[in-house]
Amino acid sequence: MSQFSNDTLLSLYQTMVKIRGFEERVSSLFADGLIPGFLHLYIGQEAVASGICESLSKEDYITSTHRGHGHCIAKGADVKKMMAELFGKETGYCKGKGGSMHVVDVDLGILGANGIVGAGMPIAVGAGITAKTNNDGQVVIPFFGEGATGIGYFHEAVNMAAVLKLPIIFVCESNQYAEFTPRETHLPVKTIVERGAAYGIQSYLINGNDVLEVYQTMKTIINRTRNGEGPFLVECVTNRWSGHFEGDPQRYRPEGEIDEWKKNDPIKNFRSLLLSEYHIQESSLLSIEEAIRSELDDAEKFSRESPLPDELSTLEDVYA
Amino acid sequence: MLIRYNKAINSALKEEMQKDPTVFIAGEDVANAGGSFGITRGLLDEFGPERVIDTPISESAIVGMAVGASSTGLRPVIEIMFMDFIAVCFDPIINQAAKMRYMSGGQMTLPLVIRTQSGAGVNAGPQHSQSLEALLFHIPGIKVVMPSNPYDAKGLLKASIRDNNPVVFIENKALYGMKGEVPEEDYTIPLGEAKIVKEGKDVTIVALGQMVNKAMAAAQTLENNGISPEIIDPRTISPLDTETIKQSVKKTGRLIIVHEAVKIGGVGAEIAAMVQEEVFDYLDAPIQRVAAPFTPVPYSKPLENYYLPNENDIIQAVNKICVGRQFSIAGHS
Repeated sequence: MSQFSNDTLLSLYQTMVKIRGFEERVSSLFADGLIPGFLHLYIGQEAVASGICESLSKEDYITSTHRGHGHCIAKGADVKKMMAELFGKETGYCKGKGGSMHVVDVDLGILGANGIVGAGMPIAVGAGITAKTNNDGQVVIPFFGEGATGIGYFHEAVNMAAVLKLPIIFVCESNQYAEFTPRETHLPVKTIVERGAAYGIQSYLINGNDVLEVYQTMKTIINRTRNGEGPFLVECVTNRWSGHFEGDPQRYRPEGEIDEWKKNDPIKNFRSLLLSEYHIQESSLLSIEEAIRSELDDAEKFSRESPLPDELSTLEDVYA
Repeated sequence: MLIRYNKAINSALKEEMQKDPTVFIAGEDVANAGGSFGITRGLLDEFGPERVIDTPISESAIVGMAVGASSTGLRPVIEIMFMDFIAVCFDPIINQAAKMRYMSGGQMTLPLVIRTQSGAGVNAGPQHSQSLEALLFHIPGIKVVMPSNPYDAKGLLKASIRDNNPVVFIENKALYGMKGEVPEEDYTIPLGEAKIVKEGKDVTIVALGQMVNKAMAAAQTLENNGISPEIIDPRTISPLDTETIKQSVKKTGRLIIVHEAVKIGGVGAEIAAMVQEEVFDYLDAPIQRVAAPFTPVPYSKPLENYYLPNENDIIQAVNKICVGRQFSIAGHS
């Protein structure tokens, strides 16, 4: 008997495939000139958001980053409204005022992707104060990359959360690059978990490409956080396949590096595992893949057909 | 009830916390110590450490925290001890608090108040004396309040706490000891409503913060010289009550703007531009600004005195555009 239910296994697979599918779809729409601006894709890191958000409910909060599509999808965001936002359409999550870097769904506890590196962490501290005040076992997860540990926000937020004993799990996705700069150039430490020790919080280093390891470890930590043991810091080691943004030719990456990581594809690996170790029927996986394709087709159609915002709406939503 | 400006702020905090359990206070030294200016004294005892929170020295995280707490249902009132320190938390003010509602297409509501204090006059030196309101006034998405007396301080702070937008509430340290009449019963003052502090007919003086009181002192002398100034305290500079200013300029034909911040790029520049765009034909003389020179705020007494605009500067500016410029001391015929 597997320690994971089939529902959980399929749900994890579904989320990862949906994120990958969304990213590939918007990448191609961007190349076709249908999506303007900047796109920072999450391809390669899907196991992190999927494995973590599996144990969250909509009452829990997350804050995200400029590379936020994966976090939002894993937390339950509607891909139609997300894609329409990327198109700059009136039907998007933010009525076309935010774009890729600012997807928000307050009702789902998504307190925003964020265009400023590290800025989600103190926002998570505030949500942590709300969670502690509500006293209903809510948890808060700020996602950030290892590059964000260079900014003051990280140190101030982790320190403050530790002092106030807030129900927060700081999740560092080490994707090996801070924009164009490799880890060894900007980090004097081998791991980010070493930094947690400076603030007296328990920190864990996990394989961010193994969705079951992420799920299992985080489920335990999330439960401990719900019971008031937080905050924690978790570093998930993974890799970014795409450039910092779409169109970045990644000339700064050593030859063959991305190919090596692609051999360790979190989705392919998990798919094989589901078939070989967990005896999932391939037909179940194929029907998940088909359902997602069709959901993304719908999202694309919706986004293409939705109206652009009225120019006068520029003036709305500045103040409540 | 005759109380001081600092007490008026303290009682606004206390009453709003009693009324609304989602209001909480956080900042450096605000709980145990009662605030470095004593503004939050007594609140920890009454409301406990969950609602009156001492934070580390982390201005960026304090403001960022307020963004997160306000967007999830609480009403944080945070303190940035000196206005100068907003320079270390510009990102959460400018890129987060001010834009979250807009960026989210109106989904997020951020009822947060940043209390801070500004101003020169107590030899606090260049990093503890600035008036930086123009930097915030320039940013859409936040409101900026500058009370000049105890009555306004209490009513405006209550309105700020009840407002559903990020509000920067700028107290003036030179005014903390100022006494004024404040009613016992609950009241608020709407944000964006200027007050005509003194009616007059010859020249409009728009003054910010403690400069309102300097303008009032100058008015005495001006009246004795036969010039009748109308004094307007905008009370909030964002939103700015442009209507009251324009109506007054239409009546007097002359405008002086007085603020403690440096003249270049100050709020006065915007008010002057707005008035000439909209009511140019009513102006009888060039608009004048009385403000600080383009230097940091110096420490030593004579230097700081030179820096700060005073009654004489205001009187001189009025004389410059009133006396001898088609203006009869006997009246505006």
